Amino acid sequence: MSIFFKQRSVLPGFGLTMGFTILYLSLIVLIPLSGLLFKTATLSWEDFWGAVASARVLASFRLTFGCALLAAMINGVFGLMVAWVLVRYRLPGKRVIDALVDLPFALPTAVAGITLAGLYAGNGWIGQYLEPLGIKIAYTPLGIIVAMTFIGLPFVVRTVQPVLEDMEKEQEEAAACLGANRWQTFVRVIFPAITPALLTGFALAYARAIGEYGSVIFIAGNMPMVSEITPLLIITKLEQYDYAGATAIATVMLVFSFLILLTINLIQWWSRRHAER
Amino acid sequence: MTTKTATLSSTSHQALTEPKAVRWLLTGLALAFLVLFLVVPLAAVFVQALEKGLDAYWAAIIEPDALAAIRLTLIVAGISVPLNLVFGISAAWAITKFKFRGKAFLITLIDLPFSVSPVISGLIYVLLFGLQGWLGPWLSAHDIRLIFAVPGIVLVTIFVTFPFVARQLIPLMQAQGVEEEEAAMVLGASGWQIFFRVTMPNVIWGVLYGVILCNARAMGEFGAVSVVSGHIRGLTNTLPLHVEILYNEYNFVAAFAVATLLALLAILTLVAKALLEKKVRH
Amino acid sequence: MLRINLKTILAMIVIALFFTTNYALAKEITLLNVSYDPTRELYREYNEAFTKHWKEKTNDTVTVRQSHGGAGKQARSVIDGLEADVVTLALAYDIDVIAEKTGHFGKDWQSRLPHNSAPYTSTIVFLVRKGNPKGIKDWDDIVKAGVSIITPNPKTSGGARWNFLAAWGYALKKSGGDEATTRDFVTRLYKNVPILDSGARGSTTTFVKRGIGDVLLSWENEAFLAVNELGPDQFEIIVPSVSILAEPPVTVVDKVTQRHGTFEVAKAYLEYLYSPVGQKLAAKHYYRPVSPEHADPVDIARFPKVNLFTIDEIFGGWKKAQKTHFADGGTFDQIYVPSR
Repeated sequence: MSIFFKQRSVLPGFGLTMGFTILYLSLIVLIPLSGLLFKTATLSWEDFWGAVASARVLASFRLTFGCALLAAMINGVFGLMVAWVLVRYRLPGKRVIDALVDLPFALPTAVAGITLAGLYAGNGWIGQYLEPLGIKIAYTPLGIIVAMTFIGLPFVVRTVQPVLEDMEKEQEEAAACLGANRWQTFVRVIFPAITPALLTGFALAYARAIGEYGSVIFIAGNMPMVSEITPLLIITKLEQYDYAGATAIATVMLVFSFLILLTINLIQWWSRRHAER
Repeated sequence: MTTKTATLSSTSHQALTEPKAVRWLLTGLALAFLVLFLVVPLAAVFVQALEKGLDAYWAAIIEPDALAAIRLTLIVAGISVPLNLVFGISAAWAITKFKFRGKAFLITLIDLPFSVSPVISGLIYVLLFGLQGWLGPWLSAHDIRLIFAVPGIVLVTIFVTFPFVARQLIPLMQAQGVEEEEAAMVLGASGWQIFFRVTMPNVIWGVLYGVILCNARAMGEFGAVSVVSGHIRGLTNTLPLHVEILYNEYNFVAAFAVATLLALLAILTLVAKALLEKKVRH
Repeated sequence: MLRINLKTILAMIVIALFFTTNYALAKEITLLNVSYDPTRELYREYNEAFTKHWKEKTNDTVTVRQSHGGAGKQARSVIDGLEADVVTLALAYDIDVIAEKTGHFGKDWQSRLPHNSAPYTSTIVFLVRKGNPKGIKDWDDIVKAGVSIITPNPKTSGGARWNFLAAWGYALKKSGGDEATTRDFVTRLYKNVPILDSGARGSTTTFVKRGIGDVLLSWENEAFLAVNELGPDQFEIIVPSVSILAEPPVTVVDKVTQRHGTFEVAKAYLEYLYSPVGQKLAAKHYYRPVSPEHADPVDIARFPKVNLFTIDEIFGGWKKAQKTHFADGGTFDQIYVPSR
């Protein structure tokens, strides 16, 4: 615990909770993940570079990170909307809708992928209306975005929802009394309060989409340079018993995701401290 | 004077909710999104599951391998969810009630399993415990089976669902601050008392959401479990893996029938949440 | 709240322990057969037949457990410690790698059973839509512009590797061994492929259920299965003039069976594949038996005559084929990323 410098607090339990947190984190996450780094370290620099900087891998990085970003943005906008509607408005069958939001977690990713591919293929329920318009979704990068949006959907809703539920009406009432219109109240009072949760949800949806494999491969088409996602390349390396090459790509993905998450978490903490002052 | 008050109250009422048109628009958009991304796929799953009637559906579910898969899935979720719950609460307490350096870094480490591709989450345990891995030869010599057996499946499930409860609680407890706990402290409450009487009631919804998500994901995880399961029929197949097997046998009806079980489980947990909500509020 | 949780945890741990020990204490003989995707139907029936046979012979009860998946993935699981008593995979290369990485059995495994340890064979054929609207008769027809081909990714699917090699072998034979022409032919073939699924069964689903593609390159047994189970009046099998002899081999995993004390049963299990019963079942499930005289003549009559070449005569064995064509930067990769 020496790396964490703790400021005085009157509350008890820091040692116990922090100790357990670090222990559990190390056992489940850090030690196994460090294995990945060690395995990668068995590669020479040239081999590492060859594994992660080939044209095909770079194309897959662009595709994976790009599609994941778009999917997370879609989820950010619509997820907030869904959470808002669920918490603030009266709606018949609200409980059912609420229950549905978790579906993407419970449904195995492979089932999601198969179902989405079936729906958006040229002969599917949705695809048959889109194909005459010249829009192809299944087996194109658009399909990847659809699958990633699906699997990341609960994150934003479920992180924003509790915060909205807990939000006290007093502040909004005060703003209204002071003459703010609804839009001003939302932008100045409500939005800042839910921003940390929204950012968290966005970051999680993004990170989850980057790593997604099971659902995407069924709908992507998997054409090299066009619709081949990075996790598939990792599998490809594994199938050739190239564990080191696979872990090299995995490490790069891991570092990228870590940096994205860290940036968002830093922004959040910084903005909190800023707000407190 | 009276007119002035009247105006103020009417503006404040207006300013507390959106104009009707906006409400309709937002509701419409949100519903359209949910229908497109959730209702239609769910309907597709059920339609395919019931394509050959209820008898075929039921037969797929009471088939022995399916029952074995259900049992295994319940065991795995039953172990991993409580462990992650204890961890999540403890991590959230340490992170939100105290000030220390490197907090954002610690949170990011907790988030990390989300961003790790399921493929990799399985792989890291294979690298560690596999026969070619570091501990594999020792484990094998002592006849301890971790991967390609139940413990390995539990381990990756814990990994995959690791952040859920913690992630749900941290923003919530942050928003709550420490004033109430400090007040309780001054009034002489013990640590556990503060936790159960002051903190818990405030964050109970977050905990529940976290558990529900964690549970749903624990039961539905496919990619990572697939790497460490070995796919032995009736022995190490969880529900999602069983679905894949049936699908690959061109047994589409049975595959989707078993998949609906997972969808129903998600809905069931939400019903449980709704009931609890009622109980707590009254 | 916490008390309930602790109780739940304890209860779950107890239940988990109960189940794990329960597995370990199972008394009857259990074999684990680690196999690839298309053999599911065959082994389901064969396992029952073998259990019956073994019961009659020794009075022991054998339960054969099955694990199916992509061939490469299955081999990797065995390498990483999945305790298979026997492996029955799509191609010899994957078993070679198991021998090499684990030392569980000798590198000469393929000579331990007759016919290169392959009790049944198959080949690569075309599945087209009813009436053959694109008029596909041979390999040259499928590389024409406007024909859409479905085949899985050779990097992740064993069947796809046989597809690739069949096409390569055809072009090489036709051009009299001209490498550049062959490469051009195979490149044109893959330019006609709109989707690369990760496994053979995925490709069949894409072709059959999604209605994509004019021709599916497939195992012969898979093509038969697709026609008979998924749509007898929707598809036709077209046999090309030349194709490859695909030998899916089997072997006992010595070290594992010795530890389990199942070596004899495992050996008998594989040998029984060569018996009249095994051969008959193989033919029933659309595999070409190595001893056709044991099979039902009606089943044998389904197999058309095909001019077959072996992997050894054209490619000099799996190791070489794997390295030239499917390793990173090999000929398959060069189709998509031109080498510099």
